[in-house]
Amino acid sequence: MNWGSLDSFLAMGGYGFYVWGSYGVTALCIVLEILSLNTSKGNSKT
Amino acid sequence: MTSDLFRFAAPQAFFPLAGKLIPWFSVLAGVLMLAGLYVALFVAPTDHQQGEAYRIIFIHVPAAWMSMFLYVVMAGWAGIGLALNTRLSGMMASAIAPTGAMFTFVALWTGALWGRPTWGAYWVWDARLTSELVLLFLYLGFIALKSAIPDPVRADRAGAILALVGVVNVPIIYFSVQWWNTLHQGASVSLTRAPSMASTMLLGMLLLAFAAWMYSIATALSRVRSIILERERDAEWVRMQRAAA
Repeated sequence: MNWGSLDSFLAMGGYGFYVWGSYGVTALCIVLEILSLNTSKGNSKT
Repeated sequence: MTSDLFRFAAPQAFFPLAGKLIPWFSVLAGVLMLAGLYVALFVAPTDHQQGEAYRIIFIHVPAAWMSMFLYVVMAGWAGIGLALNTRLSGMMASAIAPTGAMFTFVALWTGALWGRPTWGAYWVWDARLTSELVLLFLYLGFIALKSAIPDPVRADRAGAILALVGVVNVPIIYFSVQWWNTLHQGASVSLTRAPSMASTMLLGMLLLAFAAWMYSIATALSRVRSIILERERDAEWVRMQRAAA
């Protein structure tokens, strides 16, 4: 385990913006893709 | 045995098979992703040169690998469709394209956020970065071209030619760091050399790469089912499918 506290985990040694900007936008892309798949499946059933 | 395999080239036979496979690949993707994220964020040590900024590698490299790999698979399906006139092949190519474009965007985005702290710039017109940007345009062009042609048979053919011409770009991306003097670093992992990184770093990267792989299969199968229903909507079996749903 690398991190003493939640703050140091979020700070990422001063690179928090870059690291969480990468992980966050990737997560957003995946969520949006899964949502769009479920919507198109729903549409095709009607 | 082979006739059994070819049976699934018919959209009608492939549709339920894809439906059965999607939950397995989704669960595998989820488990591998959680394990990979745990290793990436809690187990892998701090890099002695880049500090914590290097943790972007766990997203960046698997996304970049998938962006190139999915393009080759997409062009392969498109090529099979062009050569054999099989309906499902063009549908598979269409199903893969959005996921490939998504991973290309993620590779570029995470690369920009990694470039700023390590190189001092979000973007440079370096051979590796530029050819990866071309890959994004190839994906978007493929999607736009196919959606612009109303007749699916002609759309598949036109898309296949674009995809096959664009496949030239993939080796350019891969070898760009050797062919040109780029700011982008060379490969950290290759099949011929021992990897130049700590084993826990490699483990995290490989877990997330496999997660991305399983995720891509699940999304492509899910998307191909929608495409099959859309294209075969006048077929008897689709009408019965709808009545049952």
